[in-house]
Amino acid sequence: MTAATDRTALVERLRDRARFVRTETVRLSRIAGAGHYASSFSAAELFAALYYAELRIRPDEPDWPDRDRFVLSKGHAAIGLYPVLADLGYFDPADLDDYTRLGSRFGDHPDMRKIAGVDFSSGSLGHGLSIAVGIALAGRVRGSDHRTWCMLGDGELAEGQIWEAAMAAGHYHLGNLVVIVDRNQMCIDGFTDDVMAVEPLDARFADFGWRAQRIDGHDLDTILNTFSDLPRAETGQPQVIIADTIKGRGVARMELSLDWHVGNLVGDDYDDVMSELESGLGREVVR
Amino acid sequence: MSSGPDVQDTSEVFRGTATGRTSLRDQRSTDGSDQQRAIPAFVLGEELADLADHDDRIAVLTADLAKANRTNDFAARHTNRFFNLGIAEKNMITVAAGMAASGFVTYAATFASFSALLGCEQIRTDCAYPRLPVRVIGHHAGMSMGFYGTSHHALEDLGIMRTIAELTVVCAADANHLRGILRASVDHPGAMYIRLGRGRDPEVYADVPDVQFGKAVRLRDGGDAAIITTGSEVYPSLQAANRLAGEGVEVAVYDMHTVKPLDVDSVAAAAATGRVLTVEEHNRTNGLGTATAEALLEGGFAGVRLRRLDVPDEYVPIGPPAALYAHYHLDADGITAELRSLINDA
Repeated sequence: MTAATDRTALVERLRDRARFVRTETVRLSRIAGAGHYASSFSAAELFAALYYAELRIRPDEPDWPDRDRFVLSKGHAAIGLYPVLADLGYFDPADLDDYTRLGSRFGDHPDMRKIAGVDFSSGSLGHGLSIAVGIALAGRVRGSDHRTWCMLGDGELAEGQIWEAAMAAGHYHLGNLVVIVDRNQMCIDGFTDDVMAVEPLDARFADFGWRAQRIDGHDLDTILNTFSDLPRAETGQPQVIIADTIKGRGVARMELSLDWHVGNLVGDDYDDVMSELESGLGREVVR
Repeated sequence: MSSGPDVQDTSEVFRGTATGRTSLRDQRSTDGSDQQRAIPAFVLGEELADLADHDDRIAVLTADLAKANRTNDFAARHTNRFFNLGIAEKNMITVAAGMAASGFVTYAATFASFSALLGCEQIRTDCAYPRLPVRVIGHHAGMSMGFYGTSHHALEDLGIMRTIAELTVVCAADANHLRGILRASVDHPGAMYIRLGRGRDPEVYADVPDVQFGKAVRLRDGGDAAIITTGSEVYPSLQAANRLAGEGVEVAVYDMHTVKPLDVDSVAAAAATGRVLTVEEHNRTNGLGTATAEALLEGGFAGVRLRRLDVPDEYVPIGPPAALYAHYHLDADGITAELRSLINDA
């Protein structure tokens, strides 16, 4: 096979895994009776590219000290991450069948003490970047060359602690830190532009000493290229990838909708959405 | 948030100097009160640096108070494991949690008003819930900041920290005690909140004690009454008990350094005297007095006479620390008077 066909196969595989993130999100939400569909969907390609192509991890050795860390600051998207971790072998996929039920290890927000592969518990928005700064500092002191990745939601950028941490990352020249902002345009009450404007994000991060770039967060080719082109830690500049995404991407009724931050698909709606995902996700969705 | 007091204020609050180091063994004379024998300086940074000499897991963080809490003594000896996060306490505590998740035992120190109150949710969610070895240091706790006022007081921290599950809450009575607490803390499981005074605490422990968390220290025996106290109030409680001893009244004194988990056995032992007085530099709600009352009732000691000396549910007036302690009867005179009242109250 040529490099080009390898790449095509990889992108096709990641597209399939992103579809898997979405269908599993729908399935698990039905078990729970509610789920964060739309926030998981916007991150689906990013999860797939990170976990199946980029992160330096060993699922059979979850505590490997030199693994790349991934802090899911927008912890409510864990419903999309759990199936990936299971698929990679961190735990038995059947463990997810009692998702959110009494005694399950899997709640709406992830618990690092219960779930292999989860590098930090999250759920309270605004904390994740500080966690990532701490992990990145620790990695530097220890002399490890691992990267620390952190996914932020755009709504949580209204939290002041994010900017405390952004300032610290610039101050401490954390070139081993990579942040992805899932810029899906919406928080619970509406568009961030209306609820609390967060732009211009690239300029804001750049002013804190970061190298910022904007990409299409659903274009797997672009995501892969962006990851592979990231400079190594020695540059001393923290990296932020502002991934322009669509909240609810992949299911027409959920895209940029106010009604699907948390929802529950039942009956025919469940089957319709599953069919839509299974048949249609390969197509480009009109923005 | 506001800036801390400036470094020129050495008389009331700080031992630090603008250039950093002071002699940690300097025994400064006091304001003339008859009781205080010595005022050990803040040993936090020095002790942590000593521990870090032999333990590469130890890292220290502060939020623009390296001089005030003397973590600069740590920074001078372990530069690569010291992180000043600026005036950003929430970030400091969560960064400490991130480091702890990567194998460090982290000590994050700032004024108690900011560590415990401003950082409360970070302590709960990022330190205690993931059971990480983060030691949040709340120094200049209570009203020890005196006339700097309510923004810089922490009279609620024990109550707040006490309700956080699986968090160990400890108060240091003096410098030697602080050293013992720090030594015992390194391998203690889970997160901790360690409450300190302002680094001028008179000596209670002549030597560094072997601290066992959850086990109170009976500093004085006595059958007429018992004081259960903690942190800054241990010393004046001992003074009061010693005064009454001269009158033939014997009062036991328990240093309940670990407010959570509470040593209920020591509460039971205190209850055997029939009279218990709790003394704490804290709001009346949900501190050591409340915890003691809970333990007394649940232990079947409802018949014990219980008094609580603390700060009532109000914001304290402006004044220097010593005056505030007197105002609220939290000095030796006030505790002595309360003991007399308790013992004479048929």
